[in-house]
Amino acid sequence: MKRRRSGADTAFKSMTLIFASSAVVLSLIYFFELYYGSTLTLKSGISFVTGSTWDPNNQVFGVLPMLYGSLVTSAIALIIGVPISLGVAIFLSEISPQVLRSPISFVVEMLAAVPSVIYGLWGLFVLAPILRTNVYPILESRLGFLPIFQGTIYGVSVLTAGIVLAIMIIPMVASISRDALLAVPDSQREAAYALGATRSEVIRMSVLSYARSGVFASIFLGFGRAFGETMAVTMLIGNTPLISASLLSPGYSLAALVASEFTEATTQVYISALIEAGLVLLVVSFIANVVARLLIRRLIRSREAASYL
Amino acid sequence: MKLRRVVSDKLWTVFTVVALGLAIVPLLSILFDIASKGISVINLDFFTQLPPLANASGGGMGNAIQGTLLLVALSSAIGLPIGLFSGVYISEYGVTNRYGSAVRFLGDVLAGIPSIVTGVLAYTLIVLTFQSFSVLAGGVALGTMMIPIVSNTTAEALKSVPNSIREASIALGIRKWRTSLLIMANAKKAIATASLLAIARITGETAPLILTAGISTLWFSGFNQPVGSLTYYIYYFGTSPYQNWQNMAWGAALILIAIVLGINAAVRLITRGKKAYA
Repeated sequence: MKRRRSGADTAFKSMTLIFASSAVVLSLIYFFELYYGSTLTLKSGISFVTGSTWDPNNQVFGVLPMLYGSLVTSAIALIIGVPISLGVAIFLSEISPQVLRSPISFVVEMLAAVPSVIYGLWGLFVLAPILRTNVYPILESRLGFLPIFQGTIYGVSVLTAGIVLAIMIIPMVASISRDALLAVPDSQREAAYALGATRSEVIRMSVLSYARSGVFASIFLGFGRAFGETMAVTMLIGNTPLISASLLSPGYSLAALVASEFTEATTQVYISALIEAGLVLLVVSFIANVVARLLIRRLIRSREAASYL
Repeated sequence: MKLRRVVSDKLWTVFTVVALGLAIVPLLSILFDIASKGISVINLDFFTQLPPLANASGGGMGNAIQGTLLLVALSSAIGLPIGLFSGVYISEYGVTNRYGSAVRFLGDVLAGIPSIVTGVLAYTLIVLTFQSFSVLAGGVALGTMMIPIVSNTTAEALKSVPNSIREASIALGIRKWRTSLLIMANAKKAIATASLLAIARITGETAPLILTAGISTLWFSGFNQPVGSLTYYIYYFGTSPYQNWQNMAWGAALILIAIVLGINAAVRLITRGKKAYA
C-alpha cells in the first residue's frame, strides 16, 4: 500500500530542504562574493601572492610577507601543538585512570571554548613579557648561531604568535585524535600485548598506526584553524609586512592584514586587495577542511566496517 | 624484559603527563590573570556607563554589553532556525540520499572557514551595500557562522533518537512531518545544548565584527548603525597604550569569559553521563 501523501508533509520537507540547501548556497556565495569583490586587484594576477611589497599608498599589493607569516605561524603551532595534543590524546585514551578521563576532557573542552581575543589579550600582557625577558634571551644566547633566533627582541613576534596558536589548536587536535584512538578496536591492543609488547609499544605499533588517518585529519583541522586564526595573531605578531629569517622578529599574517587594515582602507582598490587576501584565506582553509573531512569520513567508514567483524 | 624497554615505556607515560600539564597550565594562567586583573574595574558603573575617554577615570562597558547581547540575539534569530531545520533535513530526510550527505559534508567544511572570511562576506554583502557598519551586518555575519554549527549538531542529536520511535510513529499512521516534530521533541535537550554552545561560541567572536558591526562609543541607536561589543572593545582597548583602557579591557574579558565558560561549563555538567536524546 502506498502511504498517503499530504500537503503538510510536502511543505515540511520542502522547508527543511530549503534550509539545508543554505550550506550549498553559502559555499557558492563565499567564493562568488569574494571573487567579485576583488575584481580590481585580481586582474594583476599571480603577483598578488608572489609580490613582497605591500604599499597601499602607491597601490602596490603583494601579500607574500603575510602568506609567509600565516604559513610560518601555523607551522610553529603544529610543531609545538601536535606532539602536546597527541600526548594528551594518548593519556586520555590509553593511560588515564577511568575517574580522571571525564574531568580532564572537561578542562580540554573549556580550553577550546576560550574566545580567541582573550588568548590575544593574555598573550600580549602575560605571555609575551615572560617570553621577552626570560625565554627569548636564552634562545638567542644558546641557539643564536641559527638565523631563526637572531635579531632584536620585541616580545611581539612570529614565534610568540605561533606559540599562542599552538595553545589554541591543542584542544581541537587532542579531542579529534582521542576519538580516533578510542575507535581503535581492543583486538588490536590485545594482539600486541599477546606478543609481549609493553604499553608504549602497543601505543606505537598498533594504536597510533591504526588511528593515523584520524590523527592526520586532526592535524589538517589544526592547520586550518591556525592559518585562519585572526585576533590572537593580530595582537601578537607585530603587523609588519616583512619577511625576516628570524622568528623573533615581528611579521604579519593574511588574517591579521584583513582585520587590522579594513577600517582604514579608503580607496576601492585597497578594499579589493583586502578582499582578495580574504579569498586566499578562504581557498586555503576550504582545501584544508575538505581534506580533513575526507580523512574523518574514511575513519568513520572503517570503524563501521570494523564493527561488523 | 630488557631494561631499555621498561625505561622507554615509563618515558612515554611521563611524556603524556607532561603534555597534559603543558596543555592545562595556559588555561589556569588565563583564568587567574583575568580574574585578578579584571575584578578591580567591575562595579555597577561598569554595567551602566559608557566607555571612558583615554586617561580619564570611571566609565564602564554598558554599551558594549548591550551591543554583544543585541548581536547574539540577532544572529541567533537568523542562525538557529535555519540551522535547526537544516539539521532535521540531514537526519530525517537526507540519511539515504547523496544530497543529505553532501550538505552534511559542506556544513563541516563551512564550520572550519575562518571567521574573518565570514566577516569579509558580510562586508561585501551588507556594509558595501548600505555604506555603513551596522548591527544588521554583524548579526548576519555571526548568524552565518552559526548555521553549519547548529545544523550538524542538531543532525547528530536527532540521529541519536532510536529508530524504533520513528517506526512506532509511522506505524500509528502519524504523518512524516508530525513524526519529525516528535523526534525533535525527543531530542530537545540535546538540541538546546547544541544551541547554547553555538551561542557561547558566537558571543566570543571578534574578527567578523571588525568588518561588520564596527565599534561605537554610544548606546545602540538603530540596526543600521554601528554598535560596540565586548570582544571588539577587548581588542581595541587591550591594544591601546592607555592604562585605564587596558584595565577596561581586562574587565570586559572577565565578563566575556564568565558568560562563555559559564554556558559551556553549565551545559557539560548538566549533560554529562546522560544519553544525548534523554
